[in-house]
Amino acid sequence: MKLAADEQAMLDGKEGPARQKAMDLLVRYGEALGAARLIDTNNVCGTMGATMPFVRAWAEKHGAGIDAVFSEFSLDSAEALEIPKVKVFSCHLQQGMDPAHAEQQALAPEAVKIYREGEAFFSRLGVQLMNTCTPYLVGNVPVKGEHCAWMESSAVIYINSVLGARTNAEGRESAGAAMLTGKIPYWGYHLDENRLGSHLVEVEIDVRSTADWGLLGYYVGEIVQERVPVLNGIRQVPNLARLKHFGAAASSSGGVEMYHIVGVTPEARTLEEAFGGGRVRATIKYGEAERRLAYERVNTTATDRAVDYVMLGCPHYSIEQIWEVCQLLEGHRVHENCSLWIFTPKLVRDLADRNGYTKIIEEAGGYLMTDTCSSVGRVVPKGARVAAVDSAKQAHYLPAIMGIQAWFGTTAECIEAATTGRWSGELR
Amino acid sequence: MNTIVLRGRKVVGGCAEGEALVTRDRISGWGGLDPRTGTIIETRHELRGQSFKGKVLVFPGAKGSSGWSSQFHVARLAGVAPAAMLFNEMTTKIALGAVVTHAPAITDFDQDPLDVIETGDWVRVDADNGVVEITKRST
Repeated sequence: MKLAADEQAMLDGKEGPARQKAMDLLVRYGEALGAARLIDTNNVCGTMGATMPFVRAWAEKHGAGIDAVFSEFSLDSAEALEIPKVKVFSCHLQQGMDPAHAEQQALAPEAVKIYREGEAFFSRLGVQLMNTCTPYLVGNVPVKGEHCAWMESSAVIYINSVLGARTNAEGRESAGAAMLTGKIPYWGYHLDENRLGSHLVEVEIDVRSTADWGLLGYYVGEIVQERVPVLNGIRQVPNLARLKHFGAAASSSGGVEMYHIVGVTPEARTLEEAFGGGRVRATIKYGEAERRLAYERVNTTATDRAVDYVMLGCPHYSIEQIWEVCQLLEGHRVHENCSLWIFTPKLVRDLADRNGYTKIIEEAGGYLMTDTCSSVGRVVPKGARVAAVDSAKQAHYLPAIMGIQAWFGTTAECIEAATTGRWSGELR
Repeated sequence: MNTIVLRGRKVVGGCAEGEALVTRDRISGWGGLDPRTGTIIETRHELRGQSFKGKVLVFPGAKGSSGWSSQFHVARLAGVAPAAMLFNEMTTKIALGAVVTHAPAITDFDQDPLDVIETGDWVRVDADNGVVEITKRST
């Protein structure tokens, strides 16, 4: 890989040992990819938390401080280094807990202490503590063509496809290295030719709710895996929440990081533009039968209709989604055998507080939580066995991670389950 | 002895050998495996319940969360990483994952390793030279 003068200087240690290790990682990573060079980025999103039980145990065993944790887990450096301030605009993604709900999430005081120390450390480095999987909901909205280095598969697919920004799915170590250097391998979705469509998806039915968009994403992701699907035949322009759920699902059943919707997304004004004159590898039909198949695949884990946990906010809910939930909840109460937890970014929660939505949710017996989710934080209500979710992504991960059942359905079906303690959802 | 040789491109250098664990399903990192044991946990995965600890992992590629590398990173620190990784589809998840696993890794093969290698075969990986030597499990 060819390095520019400033990159070589960092690799030679001219900017200290931490940036040297960061550049060394980027070179190893770039060469593994087969990248020709690095590119400048001024927009990095990553996760660095030290609250995960394995990381905590590792830190304890090695008597390591947070610098050492960052060195190992964010720079792949066994040597503990003093970590300098970040060089470029850097944001923290979701964390492992919501300390404001320590009681509900059964958080150990020691874990909360490590969380607080981590936050203080990251803010000293200059990292924006957005603490969400949806930075694009709280002010980090990249511009078309902007070279980014983001983690979080659901956010990567959103900014590539909906905003026209350019990022690959970075990992914890490459995001950490990018924060310290302002560099990332120039590979994959940073280049024009890799952003073109590969598979044509002929959508023959109307796709309406966020759950519907999740089903479409789950179906398409499983077929195209890491390729670039092009949706044709979408008659109604979807909103932010729908595309958020579509992308999250497609990057869970598969590894989709980029898609096009003809007439909707910025690099697909026409079908021709979406494929850029390239070959259509395969054409996929999406009709009623395919929608049903996706529904059955998402709903493979649940058999027990007594629901004791309803989890909403994967990816983190927008204010519009919280408003919708409040309309469904008003006049009802969460069933005594059930818990309702809704996850959103802290900044959106502040708006929900101001709008009176937090009060509506809490008076109904639910909680509006921030910073994490049940899969990332491994936090569920005590004794939860059967969950209901409106996110295909969460339905995919939660049962595998927490060993509980999960029903998938619409937001309205989930709220009904929360208020009755029973799952009565079906594909309508 | 019946051995087969594959050639490919080095992703991460080094030499290792071990028993093959082969899957045609792509692998999810975060939420797809337990990094403390190396066991696949994804609900509908064909390797569900099996660990890649010490195995030469042969698979099409990566999918799912961007927490892919961090899970393999933890698996290495927990002592349960694969001995080597052989795969077909290059993505940032798998490249970074292979780098932080510190295990030899190869891609871009002259023949599809999924067609040649079966679970239980003995596989020697020389990633520095991009050479894989397969001894078929005695039948």
